[in-house]
Amino acid sequence: MIPAAQLDYWVLSPLFVVAGFAVLGLILEAALGRRYRFVVQTIATAIGLVAALVVSVLVYGDLRTPEEAGHVARGAVEAEGAVTVDGPGVITWIMLLVFALLSLGLFAERRFEAGMSPFTGRAADIPGSDEESQAVQHRLEHTEVFPLMLFALSGMMLFATANDLITMFVALEVLSLPLYVLCALSRRRRLISQEAAMKYFLLGAFSSVFFLYGAALAYGYSGSLNLTIIDEAVSARADSGGLLLVAMAMIAVGLLFKIGAVPFHAWTPDVYQGAPTPVTGFMAAATKAAAFIALMRVFFVAFGGASWDWRPTFWVVAVITMVFGSVVAIAQTDVKRMLAYSSIAHAGFLLVGFSAAYVGIANEAVLTSVSSVLFYLVVYGVATIGAFAVVSVVRDSAGETTHLAKWTGLGQRSPWLAGTFALFMLSFAGIPLTAGFIGKWGVFAAAWAGGTWPLVVIGVLASALAAYFYVRVIVLMFFTEPVGDGPTVAAPGVLTTVVIALAAIVTVVLGVLPGPLLDIVQHAGAFVR
Amino acid sequence: MLELSWLLIAIPLAGAALLLVWGKGADRFGHLIATAASAAAFVLGLIMFVELIGRGADDRSVTTSLGTWFEAGRFHVEFAFTFDQLSSLFVLLITGVGTLIHVYSIGYMAHDARRRRFFAYLNLFVAAMLTLVLAADYLVLFLGWEGVGLASFLLIGFWQHKETAAAAANKAFIMNRVGDLGMVIALMTMFATFGTTSIAAVNGAIDSASGSTATALGLLLLVGACGKSAQVPLQAWLLDAMEGPTPVSALIHAATMVTAGVYLVVRSAGIYDASEIARTVVVIVGLVTLLVGAWIGCAKDDIKKVLAGSTMSQIGYMMLAAGLGPAGYAFAIFHLLTHGFFKANMFLGAGSVMHAMDDDVDMRHYGALRRAMPITFVTFGLGYLAIIGFPGMSGFFSKDKIIEAALGYNTWIGLAAMIGAGVTAFYMTRLMMMTFFGEKRWRDEVHPHESPSVMTIPLIVLAAASVLGGALYLGGWITDWLEPIAGHAEHPHLPVPVIVVQLGVMAVVALGVAAGVWLYRRDVPDRAAADADVSIVTRAGRHEIYTNEVNGALVVLPVRYLTRLLVWLDARGIDGTVTGTADRIGEASQQLRRTQTGYVRSYALGIFGGALLVVLGLLAVTLA
Repeated sequence: MIPAAQLDYWVLSPLFVVAGFAVLGLILEAALGRRYRFVVQTIATAIGLVAALVVSVLVYGDLRTPEEAGHVARGAVEAEGAVTVDGPGVITWIMLLVFALLSLGLFAERRFEAGMSPFTGRAADIPGSDEESQAVQHRLEHTEVFPLMLFALSGMMLFATANDLITMFVALEVLSLPLYVLCALSRRRRLISQEAAMKYFLLGAFSSVFFLYGAALAYGYSGSLNLTIIDEAVSARADSGGLLLVAMAMIAVGLLFKIGAVPFHAWTPDVYQGAPTPVTGFMAAATKAAAFIALMRVFFVAFGGASWDWRPTFWVVAVITMVFGSVVAIAQTDVKRMLAYSSIAHAGFLLVGFSAAYVGIANEAVLTSVSSVLFYLVVYGVATIGAFAVVSVVRDSAGETTHLAKWTGLGQRSPWLAGTFALFMLSFAGIPLTAGFIGKWGVFAAAWAGGTWPLVVIGVLASALAAYFYVRVIVLMFFTEPVGDGPTVAAPGVLTTVVIALAAIVTVVLGVLPGPLLDIVQHAGAFVR
Repeated sequence: MLELSWLLIAIPLAGAALLLVWGKGADRFGHLIATAASAAAFVLGLIMFVELIGRGADDRSVTTSLGTWFEAGRFHVEFAFTFDQLSSLFVLLITGVGTLIHVYSIGYMAHDARRRRFFAYLNLFVAAMLTLVLAADYLVLFLGWEGVGLASFLLIGFWQHKETAAAAANKAFIMNRVGDLGMVIALMTMFATFGTTSIAAVNGAIDSASGSTATALGLLLLVGACGKSAQVPLQAWLLDAMEGPTPVSALIHAATMVTAGVYLVVRSAGIYDASEIARTVVVIVGLVTLLVGAWIGCAKDDIKKVLAGSTMSQIGYMMLAAGLGPAGYAFAIFHLLTHGFFKANMFLGAGSVMHAMDDDVDMRHYGALRRAMPITFVTFGLGYLAIIGFPGMSGFFSKDKIIEAALGYNTWIGLAAMIGAGVTAFYMTRLMMMTFFGEKRWRDEVHPHESPSVMTIPLIVLAAASVLGGALYLGGWITDWLEPIAGHAEHPHLPVPVIVVQLGVMAVVALGVAAGVWLYRRDVPDRAAADADVSIVTRAGRHEIYTNEVNGALVVLPVRYLTRLLVWLDARGIDGTVTGTADRIGEASQQLRRTQTGYVRSYALGIFGGALLVVLGLLAVTLA
């Protein structure tokens, strides 16, 4: 007989709330008339996200303190060893929920498309066909995007806290499948959008197989899929463990794909460009955060004992990712592609913080690899969603104008909008008084403390290189005369305005007064083993 | 009162914010608000300075904290400002000269549609520069450092309709980023070694660190200083920066921001005192820049670029002095202050001339302006006398002291600095001759006239300061004043008596002046004739010693090829296809669909190859 699982429902409740509201969304989809669906779905999703956020904060307060849980971590392994609810994990939940709330504002914006959402009216129509124009005439809308987003979100939250490789794999698929669909749903440029989804799907499937194969090898090596037990086997090993090395490599490939590290980045620019802009913003911020925490969890918890085996490889990946992202971004002519390469470069900077594997000093709150990466993910994610929100506003008659040439002179036409975009660029470039500076400072400081100073030097160099193309955009917006027709800036709706403003405020506040958030991430502690 | 140093920064910052947020409604009076803000900061700074003088010698450093900026474990950054002997002098220079330049700009920018924005940026600059000099922590200093860079970027590119202006702004920003690399790595090193970036703590604890740490820190900070202060090899941006409006050149690229590197070195006296090597490199950088700047100054026809070359050269003097250690710190600051007066004066004078000549900057189109613009001529002439070191003028004292100290350090370096003084005299005489003397070479439509009094009054004030600035050295005041920061300066051991050195400098200067007068006594050929047959030395000078070409070959080209290579590896034309087709989906859909699977296949191949590399990498690390 299989005994019933012992679950502590309270600490797991944020996951249940999000998944529950996703299911509720499906029911609403079936039960409600078309006229009410969009508004009700938006409100229901918002309620679900806020509820999950509140519960997550409460759960964080209830976590076992470091003293109870062992001296460096807070929280405990839950759900029969399948899920770890610990400091970094719950902070990631909160971060993801905030990202989702911001993205929801963009998902629900109906001002640009004559009162319709940025998603296609009927995805089954062939692009350019009569059916499609009929769908537009009847003002059809896909309100399933809201439950899809919640499902993806629940997958991400589970992904970041999974404590065994099978749970992690399931979470990976739960987060990916809705995103594939969402990517295909753009209202404009539907072929590009569908192409992006197809590519994302094929390559995503390809890379998750690597992950699965790695998990199988890890099972072969240690006799378990549980990260804690793998850790015991790894720490007790006597040989060099070829099987273990290949297992680590395969799992790394699957996870590096999701964070968009070179050489597993090829999908990023195409998908970021093709997906509907609200989805791109959500994906760029939230997927990267969830995948990064999962990557750190696997390698710090399960393979922590073998850290000297995997670190050099990650150093190399970090370096080529930073340099590649920064250099290739220079050549981009499309804003969304440029932001995609910039996100690749940021993955590199994050890897610098991660691969130093700096665990800090016992009993003292310092900027460790985990805490610096958490901080960086917050500032990067907020600025990214803000930047994509701006992208969604700059439009002409054919929808968004993402070609950089069309952005010339934006600063003269709408100084506030261009000003906030410039702010996000400066934050990406890591200029002081923006949050990006503190974020870069954090990961570099952790890497330096972890002894990988060559990475820091290369990182600083790469960030100088990256500053070039960020500043180029600012020059383009403010100092270049528009050629022919400049961009028309659609008057943003309330939701988009709020999202842009919030992102800008957070970017400035975390640059000027990073203290409170730094304090929180420093006290998040390490991962629970 | 001395606890109010944050207010010094807050006033101009509030001015900038007000002007930017208020928008068009403030167009009519925005410049007055900005000028008032700058003047208020000056008055406050003056009151604080007087109070500082009234204090005892060991009680003159007041640090005020606004709270914690951020905290990471034991690492702690206070948002703190220090008002002391050194920063107080800078506060007066920045706000004093800054206010005069605000006033001048009221006239200079009178017809510019975006004048309010210009003044907002000026105020922003003043606030950032004050942050830089008042900071009690290297990280806060770095904040000001980036702030002045940003303000400089915005102001160089202010005339956005000029393509060259945008390019120049970009260049300045990028080259400064290279300098910032040094700063950031220095900050990291401090953090790792001392666990703090407080200026006082780092300089105090430097003896407990290894000598190589001090050397590394000194060299890294020097890289930052080179970027900001346009020292070789990061000097190329300064000449291009002359694309900005002339008041900007006067304030940022002559009197204040470009001297931040010198400030940094003097402020980090503890670090440099601990490392002989770092100081030697500072001396070499200063000396080379001094000579290169003078060389460029000799060859340019653009009046602002001559002055820019001269600025480089004069900052070279300051760097040289700062590299001499306690023997030179005070003189570096002394020359920095007097240079702030006379160079701002001359830049504004050049602006006045340009104003009269319909914004023509080519000195070959000037000539005989002394009658048309008497006030500009007299004030500029006083600045000229100051910079060449005419006895009794401010530059005479400050430059002479540096040359003496350099001679005491090393005879050859001292002699080279002397030659620099002679070359300075030559190119400044050349500028005077071409601009104010000789025949009229004005283009037909130009009718020079004296500038309005809102522009000439700042000129007069600055000219007076250029003449009287030497008073700072009365009774050795400035060395005594700065002694707590710069350390005690021994009198240099000179091979010959001081008076011989002074006479020697004067002789070299007189030679330079004579050469300038003699060569340009007759008419100046127009551009075509001037370009026809020139020596290689002149040609090199005109091309800024080919530094742009060197930078291009060493940095820009490799990066460009790297970019191309990576883009080619990455996409092989996808970029073009995807973006291109985005606009005409319908017709290209078939083709796109066909190409699409191909790309996925190659992407997947890439992932597979990457996976192979990761596996091999892990195996190699372990099994090797």
